[in-house]
Amino acid sequence: MTTAPAIRLTALTKSFGSVHAVDGVNLDVAPGEFFSMLGPSGSGKTTVLRLIAGFEKPTSGSIELFGDDVTAKAPFDRDVNTVFQDYALFPHMSVLENVAYGLRVRGMAKKERTERAAAALETVRLGGLGDRKPSQLSGGQRQRVALARATVVEPKVLLLDEPLGALDLKLREQMQVELKEIQRALGITFIFVTHDQEEALTLSDRIAVFSEGRIVQLGTPREIYERPTNSFVADFVGTSNVFTGPVAQQVVGKSGDFSIRPERMSVKVGAAKGANSAAGNVVETIYIGGNTRVVVDLDAGQRVNVMVSNESLGDADKLRGAAVTVSWSASDVVTLAG
Amino acid sequence: MTSDTTSRRDAAAVPPIRDTAARRGSVFLSSHPRARLWLLLSAPLTWLVVVYIVALVALLITAFWKVDSFTGEIQIDWTLDNIVTVVTGSLYHVVTLRTLGVALAVTIIDIALALPIAFYMAKVASPRMQRILVIAVLMPLWASYLVKVYAWRSVLSGEGILQWVLNPFGIEGPGYGITATIMTLSYLWLPYVILPIYAGLERVPDSLIEASSDLGAKSWASIRHIVFPMILPAIIAGSIFSFCLSLGDYITVNIVGGASQMLGNLVYTNVGTANNLPLAAAVALIPIVIIFGYLFTVRRTGALDNL
Repeated sequence: MTTAPAIRLTALTKSFGSVHAVDGVNLDVAPGEFFSMLGPSGSGKTTVLRLIAGFEKPTSGSIELFGDDVTAKAPFDRDVNTVFQDYALFPHMSVLENVAYGLRVRGMAKKERTERAAAALETVRLGGLGDRKPSQLSGGQRQRVALARATVVEPKVLLLDEPLGALDLKLREQMQVELKEIQRALGITFIFVTHDQEEALTLSDRIAVFSEGRIVQLGTPREIYERPTNSFVADFVGTSNVFTGPVAQQVVGKSGDFSIRPERMSVKVGAAKGANSAAGNVVETIYIGGNTRVVVDLDAGQRVNVMVSNESLGDADKLRGAAVTVSWSASDVVTLAG
Repeated sequence: MTSDTTSRRDAAAVPPIRDTAARRGSVFLSSHPRARLWLLLSAPLTWLVVVYIVALVALLITAFWKVDSFTGEIQIDWTLDNIVTVVTGSLYHVVTLRTLGVALAVTIIDIALALPIAFYMAKVASPRMQRILVIAVLMPLWASYLVKVYAWRSVLSGEGILQWVLNPFGIEGPGYGITATIMTLSYLWLPYVILPIYAGLERVPDSLIEASSDLGAKSWASIRHIVFPMILPAIIAGSIFSFCLSLGDYITVNIVGGASQMLGNLVYTNVGTANNLPLAAAVALIPIVIIFGYLFTVRRTGALDNL
């Protein structure tokens, strides 16, 4: 029992009518892990989260929390708490009352729960704002109140449903760092739902990539990014150049499906035919800050993206329309399962 | 690329904006916000002043006039007699308290009935069921008020369906009287209480109820701490309907109330049989004062702060 996973999902299925939102998911999440569920909208990741929280009842399968079967339990009987996408702060209560709410319904005395709530607000750096109403706070502040409210009751697992989705880029990056710090400080398991692959890669210990109600790949951020096992993951996580069928045969020289990351490719003007390279014409060069994306139409009949640092590229404008050779090293070719 | 775009533009040229009278009018209005406001509000304001305020003020003033007992004509003779009669007369005390009791009972019954119905409609029912229920709640409003009250008269009569249901249990039905009046009025005003509470519940996001449950609150605690405070303004809006409509009613009590009288009956008999419009106006001031008192109390409790 000492090695019981924080969360264990067994053959978890949830159907809405004839639609299988979640289709036989098996998953173990270790205690203390920062675990992300990544996928496009409609992939079932949020439904899995709602099943773990208890807001939805599974059609079949089971959910265990540290070895306890909680499948049939109501949300208020589960030792998990949720940070909602829209924060779900109670508008008629002050910030402090919001944070103290979980302690209040557990019957904690007013003095103690006020102290604890104030301390929780302090940890999310909102110490002075306890008397305000949620409507008087900015998006980032509301986000932190929601976090304080969910963590003050000391759950074993914290569920976060796209918590940073409504924030602007700068604030999001700042909150990512804070989330990671809070997770380390509290040492509890975080289950983080997001459609933002960069966020998932930055924050997570492990990632499950969802598509159509199933987990299509499970692994560390590095595994997910560098060794995608199928074309969906290769395409969804970052940008990839995926080669299939006869084109793959022609470009990679083997039959099968392959993926090469844009930043693992390089571009050289002129024809230099050899292994691990392909000839083509530059269609467009796109300046994106530190790097330039070069779009090349290969003679084999596929368009590829190549990410090149600005220094190595020289005059990008002259490149447009030029005949070039795109090359890569054999070890960067990832074989996809399909 | 460039030549391609040009030729496409020539093929389907966007016509220039024509200078018409309507367009010039729009230009004038968009640059004169004050004129815009006047055009928008003059008609409803005129109606409001003439129909609403003038009629109400006329009522208030009439209460301070008197009727010539010989000719029955209204004399513009300033006096507090009517007010004194209404405030000191024991008949008016009894009827006022009875009316107040009926209005409060109707309001409490309606809120008690409306809360679960509205909760089911807003939070439990499927969207399809929700539409059906909204129509079902509104349906009684399509029928005539009088028809509905007479229907209740037949339900409540000695040989009516209510007595027929109660007979096997050996229970005597309420017959005509105050109880019958309360039942009928509760029925009549129920839609007016359900609809605002339903609208209020619709505005409570599901995620708030989920968050409450997630934080450890059982269903009843979630309703008490989260749902109830958030829909309190809607409940009060509904209660204002049932309370005010009950205070002013005189037809229902005439039809199913037996010999009981409410304030509305006193107004009616004073205007009709007794031909004493000033006294009727003075009686009519009673519900106005009560409603003002009610609204003031509601405001003082801070229940409308979240509105």
